[in-house]
Amino acid sequence: METTATGSTAIAPASRALEVIGGDLTEKALKRYLEGIAGVDAVGLEARAASLGTRSIKTTSKAWALDKIISLIDLTTLEGADTPGKVRSLVAKALVPDADDLSTPRVAAVCVYGDMVPHAVEALGRAHDADAAGRINVAAVATAFPSGRASRSVKLSDTADAVAAGADEIDMVIDRGAFLSGRYGLVFDEIVAVKEACRRADGSYAHLKVILETGELNTYDNIRRASWLSILAGGDFIKTSTGKVAPAATLPVTLSMLEVVRDWHRLTGEKIGVKPAGGIRTSKDAIKYLVTVAETVGEDWLQPDLFRFGASSLLNDVLLQRQKLTSGSYSGPAYVTID
Amino acid sequence: MSAARLGVPKTYKLYIGGKFVRSESGRVYEVPTKKGGPLLNTVNAAKGSRKDARDAVTAARGAVSGWAGTSGYNRGQVLYRIAEVLDGRRAQFADEIAASEGVSAAAATAQVDEAIDLWVWYAGWADKYVQVAGNANPVSGPYFNLSTPEPTGVVAVIAPQGAGSLLGFVRAVAPVLVSGNTVVVIGNERAPLAALSLGEVLATSDVPAGVVNILSGSPAEIAPWLASHADVNALDLLGAEHLDWVDLQITAAETLKRVLPPETGPDAGAPSIDRITFFTETKTVWHTKGLI
Repeated sequence: METTATGSTAIAPASRALEVIGGDLTEKALKRYLEGIAGVDAVGLEARAASLGTRSIKTTSKAWALDKIISLIDLTTLEGADTPGKVRSLVAKALVPDADDLSTPRVAAVCVYGDMVPHAVEALGRAHDADAAGRINVAAVATAFPSGRASRSVKLSDTADAVAAGADEIDMVIDRGAFLSGRYGLVFDEIVAVKEACRRADGSYAHLKVILETGELNTYDNIRRASWLSILAGGDFIKTSTGKVAPAATLPVTLSMLEVVRDWHRLTGEKIGVKPAGGIRTSKDAIKYLVTVAETVGEDWLQPDLFRFGASSLLNDVLLQRQKLTSGSYSGPAYVTID
Repeated sequence: MSAARLGVPKTYKLYIGGKFVRSESGRVYEVPTKKGGPLLNTVNAAKGSRKDARDAVTAARGAVSGWAGTSGYNRGQVLYRIAEVLDGRRAQFADEIAASEGVSAAAATAQVDEAIDLWVWYAGWADKYVQVAGNANPVSGPYFNLSTPEPTGVVAVIAPQGAGSLLGFVRAVAPVLVSGNTVVVIGNERAPLAALSLGEVLATSDVPAGVVNILSGSPAEIAPWLASHADVNALDLLGAEHLDWVDLQITAAETLKRVLPPETGPDAGAPSIDRITFFTETKTVWHTKGLI
């Protein structure tokens, strides 16, 4: 193996793998470790996810859940047709989700393509200052999102560009082709290298979210292995999907990733974040995710540093539900912005 | 062959978004039927809840752009198709009306026939009402100034609650559909069967899913939720004379809905172009006569 870190040449972010797998971090060792992970009981997983989805969350609990969901949203626009103006209106909505009700919390972050980062940072203004109350992060997708089909150097400069422009978080995609053909070392190296590219001039790192694109990984076993691989390589967050492939985030997939995060926490005491993205459009669905998080890894995880929703249309539905709770009568799409 | 074949009684369900669904609340209520009539078994109908009404409004909103976007000529053909399909099922509707209203078979059949004819009458208006209600306005300038009626959007309807359960239903619903509105309708509480079965006719008449959504149950329970729903554009209180309909009007005013008051007597909701044009908004455009 050419590039996988060994004990002597390991790049700093690979230190987790060195600790868990041992000093001799070869592709073979990595493969043996990942393939030694117990398989997923698919039927049990889906049944567990379905049963978590049946909780009835009403009145004050629902009001709490709705505000919590808003504060966990990465408000996203990832279209080829994005313009600086579109990003500015996205930011305006992130700052004031509901102009009729200023008690509505702000979202956690806005998520845009790398070239839109400067526009997002500029539009956020003081809300992007490090010490701002109700600070909103800027997340950028990088590494030839969504396919990830580009050379290593292109991916790295894509990442470094976004970080230099002020992105606080980088959403990278893994090389699914390499992962599915069993070349775990390649995927591992890439995550390590991207993590290194997230380093800022002052030595701190932008948060790295690793997108597994679970819709292309086919099996729960693969999802579990990819989750371990991403955490071992230094990911701060593991994220289900790009939102460009169906199926995107599903509850069983997110549950299986949360289980990996729980196991990692038990093993090392370290807390890794999870971000389901794509396909979560209703408050009802989002509440199921909150229940799943609280029941799997604990309520500690229900904070923006450890759990996010990647969503665009979800926010409007949450706002409609919020308006229903406040006014007592049903609201309609004419009472929220058209995104 | 044994003569005592076991019948297959129908489950009367709601019609929401092109699907026949039970109430989300799981409730049903017993529909009073004439003893010894054509329907031998006890009949239950789904008892719609506020959440069924909410789902119905969502379905209706989703169907507005498609239904309003079809040409008047095309809408007329679809409405005429309802009459065609209903005509092929006259016997079933006559049975249901006779059983739940306690009228004679002849009276029930006559009511079905009148309902069929009424669909045809309103179908004819679909590509004509714009010419009647629209106008070329005289203005002092080199412009054409044209006003045309356009559908209001989602209309909530409380169908007549008295005798004539099918005819009253059609009188309330058909005119709203002509211009391209979509409808959420609460049927006759005591005699909902004909309206619920009409859902089957609509589902097989090229009426797009969500254009007509039929709820059975208590208008007193459901109507306030529709009156206050911000995504409902107009409210037809045709059959609301026994409800607190002034209160419903006040609630509806909060979101600037168009509201038609209740009507009583045999002529309630009688065929009229006014019932078509009431649920429209006037759009006026200016256009230059020419550039010289």
